[in-house]
Amino acid sequence: MDNHMFAATELNQKNQRTEKLVRLLFILMAGLLILPVLIILFTLVYKGSSILSIDFLFTNPTNGMTEGGIFPALLGTIWLVVVALIVSVPLGIAAAIYLSEYAPDNWGTRLINLAIINLAGVPSIVHALFGLGAFVVFFNFGTSILAASLTLAIMTLPVVIVATRESLQAVPHAFREACWNMGATRWQTIRRVVLPNAVSGILTGVILEVSRSAGETAPIMFTGAVFFSPFLPQGVMDQTMAMSLHLFVVSTQVPNVPENLPYGVALVLIGMVLIMNSISIAFRMHLRGKKKW
Amino acid sequence: MVSDTNPVKLEIQNLTIRYGGQAAISGVNLSIREHEIFGIIGPANAGKTSFLKAINRMDMFDSNMRVEGNILFNGQDVRKLRNIYALRSRIGVVFPLPVGLPMSVYDNVALSARLRGIKERAELDLIVERCLTRAALWDEVKDRLDTLGSLLSGGQQQRLTIARALSQEPELLMLDEFSIAVDPVTTMRIEDVLKELKSEMTIILVTNLVQQARRLADRTAFFLDGGCVEVAQTEALFTQQTRDPRTRDYVEGRFG
Ligand SMILES: Nc1ncnc2c1ncn2[C@@H]1O[C@H](COP(=O)(O)OP(=O)(O)O)[C@@H](O)[C@H]1O
Ligand SMILES: [Mg+2]
Repeated sequence: MDNHMFAATELNQKNQRTEKLVRLLFILMAGLLILPVLIILFTLVYKGSSILSIDFLFTNPTNGMTEGGIFPALLGTIWLVVVALIVSVPLGIAAAIYLSEYAPDNWGTRLINLAIINLAGVPSIVHALFGLGAFVVFFNFGTSILAASLTLAIMTLPVVIVATRESLQAVPHAFREACWNMGATRWQTIRRVVLPNAVSGILTGVILEVSRSAGETAPIMFTGAVFFSPFLPQGVMDQTMAMSLHLFVVSTQVPNVPENLPYGVALVLIGMVLIMNSISIAFRMHLRGKKKW
Repeated sequence: MVSDTNPVKLEIQNLTIRYGGQAAISGVNLSIREHEIFGIIGPANAGKTSFLKAINRMDMFDSNMRVEGNILFNGQDVRKLRNIYALRSRIGVVFPLPVGLPMSVYDNVALSARLRGIKERAELDLIVERCLTRAALWDEVKDRLDTLGSLLSGGQQQRLTIARALSQEPELLMLDEFSIAVDPVTTMRIEDVLKELKSEMTIILVTNLVQQARRLADRTAFFLDGGCVEVAQTEALFTQQTRDPRTRDYVEGRFG
């Protein structure tokens, strides 16, 4: 008869009831999170999928943008994101390596960190005005892919820096010291020990964060994106159409657009972002399986 | 026994080490001769690890750590050296917590050679095998040199760390309580290796095992509360000829 030792007292029962209730509440809250995602996706697919076709993706808009495809906008968004990446990734990674591996802990470094946090908090419309003033007017790039991408790059720079720095910091400090103790310079240590173990995390973070910039409208609409252009961009000094702006235009600026057109545009845009995110998530899962220490 | 005429490898003059305001070592003077095994014994927090860190200029990694006094390595003050990298590459260090780097066992041991610019596979192979053998690890890993060094067992990682230190072909090897992470049999094998290595380098052996110092060290220093109580021929310390009663108490296990 040792059962009585484990018999539930009244207090036990009360605690267990509360435990169940609290647990249920948290599950519910977490479950609620999926709801908006599902609703958005469902609506987009339901209302927009009828217009999707190879032609839709690869032809120009016609008839005052009420018919035809989205090719110039699709290509434009790829241009904008790729050029922005070419600028922000090397710059951001270099800055993060400095901050994580070289910077002494002094007020100068703290100031830089503060600047990064604040830069991350600047609303995109303010970035847009900055880009207009700096790149379009001051540097005289005009409204161009270059000006728009530079604006996007500056906007994504803080997240690239933060993601990179976190990946670098995830490599235990003891590894660095062991390497320094053998007479390695900082850079030798970074190249041989730190980066090889952080690079996958950096890429994952960067893809995830930068894919978000594909959907931004404000930073590009004064700096390089146009409502309509019959020409495909030939270089970084050209203006271009872009998916996000095109969505805004066909949903609000153009009369007599068939209902499935804006939904189709939105579906393609979200598809692009989701594909990039999935790559990033698959990457992360692949890496999580490989324990390094 | 090491002759008193061996040239001085390391001369410590009036060494004081502080963390924040707190002194961890104060006013230590001693000299270590070439090709001797210099033992350091003493209770926890006596300042033994801090002493080793100062020699290797590890105070540069810790903004909290301040070093005063002179540390002359081959007659040169390490605190005035501009080429710290050359200094560190001549000093091998092994700390109590083993660090297998997250790269293959082979790459762990080849790293130092690669840092020195050696690229030829045959030469690297030779270095890797020789150092792993000396560290008593070769037999266990020779068939899996491509496994991650950071995923070996604690004892194996400690021997990997020793192999890596040896791969530097150091003039000075500093071991800090290396046997904590290693089983007794392996400890004995490494001790035998240390006795052999003496002909090639100078060794500082910080140990929590008083008997280990007795087995290996030519001379032994007793550290207590941030001071060096005395330095003596090791046999003298263990045969009651200590000058200080505190040393005798510690050696005989009455405290610490
Ligand atoms: N990184 C550090 N920061 C602050 N205090 C430290 C640090 N390392 C050691 N100390 C202090 O310095 C003293 C000596 O420590 P240590 O050199 O590790 O002694 P031992 O190796 O003999 O145990 C201790 O009081 C310890 O708390
Ligand atoms: Mg210690």
